[in-house]
Amino acid sequence: MTGPLILTLTTFLPLAGALVILALRIVGGATMAGSASKGIALLTSLGTLAVSIVALNMFLGDTSGDQYLLVDHAPWFGGSSYKLGVDGMAIALVVLTTALTPLCILQSMKSIEDRLAEYMICFLVLEALMIGVFCAMDLILFYVFFEGGLIPMFLIIGVWGGKNRLYAAFKFFLYTLLGSLLLLIAIIYMAAVAGTTDVPTLQAGLHPVTGALLFPPEVQTWLWLAFFASFAVKLPMWPVHTWLPDAHVEAPTAGSVVLAAVLLKMGGYGFLRFSLPMFPDASLLFQPLMFALSVIAIVYASLVAFRQTDIKKLVAYSSVAHMGFVTLGIFSFNETGIQGAIFQMISHGIISGALFFSVGVIYDRMHTREISFYGGLVHRMPVYAALFMLFSMANVGLPGTSGFVGEILTMVGGFQASTWAAAGAALGVIFSAVYMLTLYRRVVFGEMTNEKLMDIKDVTLLEFFILGLLAISAIGFGVFPGLVFDLTEGSTNEVLRMIGQVGQ
Amino acid sequence: MDFLADINNAAPEAILAGFGLVGLLIGAIGGDRISGLLRLLAVVALGAATAAAVIQFGRGESISAFASDPLAPDGLYKATMFTIFAKVVTYGMAAAALLMSGGALKSSQMERYEYPLLIVFASLGAGMMLSANDLMTLYVGIETLSLSSYVLAAFRRDSLKSAEAGLKYFVLGALASGLLLYGSSLVYGFTGGTGYAAIAAAPESIGLTFGLVFVICGLAFKASAAPFHIWTPDVYEGAPAPVVAFFSTAPKIAAVGLLAHILFTAFGTHAASWQQIVAIISALSMLIGAFGALMQSSIKRILAYSSISNVGFALIGVAAGVEAGAASILVYMTLYVVATLGMFGGILALRRGGKAVDQVSDLNGLVKSKPGIALGLMVLIFSVAGIPPAAGFWGKLQVFTAGIEANLLWLVLAGALASVVSLGYYLRLVWAMFMKPPGDALDKTDASVGIIVAITSLAMFPVLTIFIQLLLDAAARAAGG
Repeated sequence: MTGPLILTLTTFLPLAGALVILALRIVGGATMAGSASKGIALLTSLGTLAVSIVALNMFLGDTSGDQYLLVDHAPWFGGSSYKLGVDGMAIALVVLTTALTPLCILQSMKSIEDRLAEYMICFLVLEALMIGVFCAMDLILFYVFFEGGLIPMFLIIGVWGGKNRLYAAFKFFLYTLLGSLLLLIAIIYMAAVAGTTDVPTLQAGLHPVTGALLFPPEVQTWLWLAFFASFAVKLPMWPVHTWLPDAHVEAPTAGSVVLAAVLLKMGGYGFLRFSLPMFPDASLLFQPLMFALSVIAIVYASLVAFRQTDIKKLVAYSSVAHMGFVTLGIFSFNETGIQGAIFQMISHGIISGALFFSVGVIYDRMHTREISFYGGLVHRMPVYAALFMLFSMANVGLPGTSGFVGEILTMVGGFQASTWAAAGAALGVIFSAVYMLTLYRRVVFGEMTNEKLMDIKDVTLLEFFILGLLAISAIGFGVFPGLVFDLTEGSTNEVLRMIGQVGQ
Repeated sequence: MDFLADINNAAPEAILAGFGLVGLLIGAIGGDRISGLLRLLAVVALGAATAAAVIQFGRGESISAFASDPLAPDGLYKATMFTIFAKVVTYGMAAAALLMSGGALKSSQMERYEYPLLIVFASLGAGMMLSANDLMTLYVGIETLSLSSYVLAAFRRDSLKSAEAGLKYFVLGALASGLLLYGSSLVYGFTGGTGYAAIAAAPESIGLTFGLVFVICGLAFKASAAPFHIWTPDVYEGAPAPVVAFFSTAPKIAAVGLLAHILFTAFGTHAASWQQIVAIISALSMLIGAFGALMQSSIKRILAYSSISNVGFALIGVAAGVEAGAASILVYMTLYVVATLGMFGGILALRRGGKAVDQVSDLNGLVKSKPGIALGLMVLIFSVAGIPPAAGFWGKLQVFTAGIEANLLWLVLAGALASVVSLGYYLRLVWAMFMKPPGDALDKTDASVGIIVAITSLAMFPVLTIFIQLLLDAAARAAGG
């Protein structure tokens, strides 16, 4: 194997931690492994975070000017190889993943009681697969990570989920699988034509041996649709979003966080990494469709969110709406839009993660997510009320928070491409204020009428630590968005170059 | 060619036939008391046959024997690289299935000396039909396998269900054999020969096409491909657990390999006549196997439908034709039978109060009582379902690639649909094992089952996930020779 191996280490370190816990579980039994797994999982995830920071540092220090850096390469089989590499967008998403996982593990230590060791194993395996998705530089390898992630998530929802988890876990798995299989068929076709599944080669669009054009426009259309089927389900876009609210509602808190913060990003990442560079003609062809679907998602999901009685469901629909901004930005085909879309992905990862953590705080205390159950929390939980306020505002897109930067840039980018699309999306900003403020008012303000809430405790130190870190990030990226932009500028320009839209 | 050289060339089958005859003598003298010893000897014999086949594979060329028969100018026996590969897996699987059947045989009072011998004769039949170079040898091989299988299915003589399974299998199997024979006679009538080479050289004719269709029907029955699959769930349900573990592995790859082999060689020049038929059989098998199991509650019936569906996937490779598909069939079936051996073996070895588990609900909470086996089974289930990173995914990838290269996109799409639907029941098994509260305590399983589950699941993930190139190379070599 050639390469600096830092990405391989980042990807497989969580897996090593999972193996250690597994060995303990088999040798030492459930009780011993359960208590040991807390420390091991936390250490592993922190170690992975450290390694990923090192990788980020190496990435920033690399001045070779190549598109993909830190490339690890090893032969595998046929035209496919084990190849990991990152550009700015990928490393940003990797760090988002590795940074959120320790928080999820910290949260889970308290709230998961049953089969803790197994839970930690699932979570670490999931982390490894998520990192792999963003690092994979080979389509088959990408697919293995992409679809492999279904298994631990299925278990997390299915074993540790809520009452209706059977339905949610099956729906999540089967929906995503149907989309992925179309992606697989498209990948197989591309491998058969090009003789390789190397991502940079396919992005170049020319046959590696003959130099002929790989995919003429009419073929691109079909391949684009197959990729779209997979990424649209994952993102999720209207009308294939229906698995998301179910999965979110039933998943345990940390599962929801990872689902919203990282798994959804794979869809947007897929569009930017594969669909646009590999099928530029088809991407341009389908721009109106994507705009229409984005606007529908933003408006429709916001309206649906307003009618929810379950807090998690409301946040889930708000995720669908925010992902609409991502697709709007991506398919605007200009630097502002795409930069905004990547930023929105990172920002939504922080904000939606924080919102699900916040819901988890009161769910752990009261074991219900009904909005009507709550009310007047500010009287008993002032610190919680303040933090939740901050995240609600960030979700609405208040200037000064990271949510604002993502939304405004995607809308500006969308405006340059289509006035109508931007106008529709702007409606969503208003609606998001409507449903978030309503939620906040009903849960936090007002008189405390429910007897059961009388002795609810404010956030613990651990919860304050988790939410505080996320609050700092949400504001930090809102004030200094350049931190992300500098990192992703190269990726954005590469995407624009590959679809031939430079200078628009 | 002298007789000894012929025997030498057919070494794997000669070993099995020789052992079978000697074993019968030993058994007749020693009786059921030495059934355990005989079982071990049979495993050794099957292992030796596997080794002999591996050595043949290493020689890298087709091997002919019994070529001087005046009735069969093309030779009666010819092992190509393709069939040698299939034989290696067949014998290996038979040995493993026999090895792990000890505990199950003991607990269900089936420790009789005929059992290992019947497995050996069935494997011999499977090997013979793969090595056939003439419709006559083919028929003899198939019948050796089938007759042994009928008896095996009814091996629990005191169980009504087992007897019913054996009888059903026999009646329907006889019908299929009749179809096969009728087809063979038509082919003979219209081509003037029973040797594969003679058939391949014959001109196209309507009679030949009719004969071909009948032959395909007969062989599809043996491979349990739809619409000739009706017997499978009933036989799997009624037959004793260790027998099902054998049925679903060794004869399965032999039957699919045979179907591919005879279509590619004897009927290779008539590909236009069978390609569409095989594609339709493939699509039907995948979909019927996927939808059929959704409402089943018996594990054995679910696994029966799963095997129908998986045979359908392998047939994508057959429909794709020899260039695109030959290697993919071997890869798919090898990965499938290895994973299935562990899966069937693991699930069917679980017993509660001396009775084998039967319902999906019997698996409830397995992860609490036997975490190692539950984890291994999950890997195997996902492998059979073709979900990465389990190695079964590579099989699916290979047959889909073959299908796309042969412009059979509709078939591949049907396969994708079947994959998603079949996940409905694979996930139910995982669901029961991991997410339901446990039921009554299970009996202790034998060490051999644990070892087989561990080896097969480790092979499926991570060993073959990473080193898949080795299997692909071997299959490519087999397809090329």
